[in-house]
Amino acid sequence: MAKKHSKRSSGALSIEENKKALSRHNFFLGMIFVGPALIVLAIFVFYPAIKTFITSLTSDRIIRPGRFVGFDNYVKLFTNADFWTDVKNTLIYAVLYAPLVVIVALFFALLLNRKDLKFVGFFRSAMFLPFVISMTVASIAWDFILSPSLGLVPYWVGKLTGVMHMDLLGSTSTAMITIVLITVWKNFGYFMVIFLAGLQGISQELYEAAALDGVNWWQKFRYITVPALRPTFNYIIIFGLIGSFQVFDQVFIMTSGGPDRATETIVYRIYTEAFGNGKLGYASALSYVLLIMTLIVGLAQLLSNAKHEREELA
Amino acid sequence: MSTATLTSQASAAASTQSAEGEFNDKLRRKARFRRRFGLFGTYAALIIITVIMVFPLLVVIFVSFTPNAITETWPPKLIPSAFTLSNYTSLFQRLPIAREMLNTLVFAGAVTIISVFFDSLAAYGLSRIEFKGRGVILNILIATMMIPAMALLIPVYKLLANMGLVNSYWGIIIPRMADVGGIFLLRQFFVSIPKDLDAAARIDGAGEFRIFLQIILPNAVPAILTVGMFNLMGNWNDLLWPLIMTSKPETRTITAGLAMLTGHGSSVTPYGVVMAGALVSALPLVIVFFFIQKRFVEGIAMTGMK
Repeated sequence: MAKKHSKRSSGALSIEENKKALSRHNFFLGMIFVGPALIVLAIFVFYPAIKTFITSLTSDRIIRPGRFVGFDNYVKLFTNADFWTDVKNTLIYAVLYAPLVVIVALFFALLLNRKDLKFVGFFRSAMFLPFVISMTVASIAWDFILSPSLGLVPYWVGKLTGVMHMDLLGSTSTAMITIVLITVWKNFGYFMVIFLAGLQGISQELYEAAALDGVNWWQKFRYITVPALRPTFNYIIIFGLIGSFQVFDQVFIMTSGGPDRATETIVYRIYTEAFGNGKLGYASALSYVLLIMTLIVGLAQLLSNAKHEREELA
Repeated sequence: MSTATLTSQASAAASTQSAEGEFNDKLRRKARFRRRFGLFGTYAALIIITVIMVFPLLVVIFVSFTPNAITETWPPKLIPSAFTLSNYTSLFQRLPIAREMLNTLVFAGAVTIISVFFDSLAAYGLSRIEFKGRGVILNILIATMMIPAMALLIPVYKLLANMGLVNSYWGIIIPRMADVGGIFLLRQFFVSIPKDLDAAARIDGAGEFRIFLQIILPNAVPAILTVGMFNLMGNWNDLLWPLIMTSKPETRTITAGLAMLTGHGSSVTPYGVVMAGALVSALPLVIVFFFIQKRFVEGIAMTGMK
C-alpha cells in the first residue's frame, strides 16, 4: 500500500486524486476478497431473513402460492395451545440444557486440570468422542439402550430396584429431561476443552498468593477461577442457548415430538408444518417467532456483557 | 492443585521451624493424605465418565455384530453370545448405503473445501485490507451470527426448488459455501499474525493474493484445520438440511438415510442393520478426528477466547 502510494504521488496526480484512487483501489480489492462469501450470505441468509417474514404474512402452501393474509398466521399461532406447548418445551429444554452442560463441562475441566494427573489426553479424547459423531447416531444408540423392551438400562434398573421396563423416553414426565441429558452427554466434551484452555491460561501465581492468605478452595474458585473464565462462560451460554432453541435431531429420531407433545419443540413443529403439512405461511410465522426469541436472548447477553465490562472498569 | 501448594508450604514450614516439627509432620501427612485421596477420587470420577461416554458406542458396535434373534430377546446382554457379519452384508445389499456414503463425502467434502476457501478469503479482506464499508460489513456479520439457520429453511428451500436444485448436489452445497462463524474464527487468527510478515513480502513486490496464499494461509494452519473440521462434522452429521433437500437415494446423505431407517415407526429394519449403518456413518469422522485431534483441540480452545 505504502509503496504504491509513493510511486503514484511522484506522478502528475494531486494528493486528493491520489487518495481517491487509492480508496477506490482498496475497495475493489476488499470486495474481491470479501465478495464471494458476502454473495453467498446475501442470497442464503440476508434475503431469507426478510423473505421468511413476507411469507409469514401469506397463506402460501408448498403446492400452490396463497394470498396476503396480514397477521392471521400469528393470530392463529398465539391462540393455539399447541404453539404455547412448543414454546414452553423449547424454553424448558434450553433452561435445563445450557446450565447443565456448563456445570458438567466445568467440573470435568477442573478435574483434568490437576497437574499430577496422568492419561489426560486419553480422558479428554473419551469425553470429546461423542461430539464427533452425529446426533442421529447418538440418538439411535440411546434409543436402543433405553428401549423398555430391549434396552440394557431398563433391564439393569429393573434388577436393582424392581421397577421393570422403565420407559424414560416414553413418559411425558421424563422424556424431555432424558433428551437434555443425552445432549449433555454428546456435547459437554466440546465445552470442556474450551474451559480447560481457559483454566490453563490462569496464572498459577494467583492461586499461590491466595494460598498464602489462607483462602479456601471455594473462595479460590469463586474469586479467581470464575472471573478468569468469564469470557468462556459468556461464549458457552450464548451459543448453548441459541443452539438449544434449534433442537431437532434428537426429537426427530427418538420421540417424534411425543409422548403427547411432551418433547415437541419449535423447530420440530416448523419441520412438520412446512414439510409434512405443506403450510409454508404458517410455518414461516413459527420461524419468525424462533428468530425473535433468539435475537432477544442474543441482545440480552450482549447487554449484560456490556454492563459487566462497565462495572469492571468502574 | 490447591492441596499441592498446601503440601509445599507445609514442608517448607517443617524444614525451617524444627521446634514445631511434630505438629508440621502431622500437617504434612494430612496434606499428603488429602492429595492422594483427591487424586484417587479424580481418577475414579474420570474412569466412571469414560465408561458412560464409551458405553453407548460399544453397544452400537456389539449389536451390529450380533444376530438379530439374539438382540431382540429379553433379557438383554452387554456382551453378545454369538457373532455375525450378516448385518453388514444386508446393509450393503438391501440399502443404498454405499451411494449415501458417496453423497455424504461429496456434499460434506465440497462444502468444507469451498467454504474454508471463501471464509479465509473474507477473513483476509476483513483483517488485512482497509477499505470503505469494512466496519459496516463486520457489524452485519456479527448480527448474522444470531440468526438461527433453522428459521431460514423455508425461503431457502423455495428458492432452490424454483431453480430446480432440489435433489441435486449443487442444491445442498451452494447455500453452505460460506459461514459467518468460520469467517470470524479465521479473522481472529489472521489478526494475530504479525503484519511485519506481509510488509516484508510487499517490499519484495508480492500482491495481496500472493501474501494471502504464501504468508497468511501457511501461518494459519491450526485455524484452517479447525474451521475445516467443524464444516466437515457439521455437514456430515447434519440431519434436517439433507432431510428437506433430498428425497431420493441418489443424493441423500447417510445421516438422513439412517434417520429414515429409524424415525417415524419404520421398525422393519432390524436393529443390527441400523447399528451397522450407524457405525459405518460415524467411522470416517472418528478416524479423521484421531489424526488431527491435537491441532483440532488447540483450535477449539481459541473459539472460547475473545
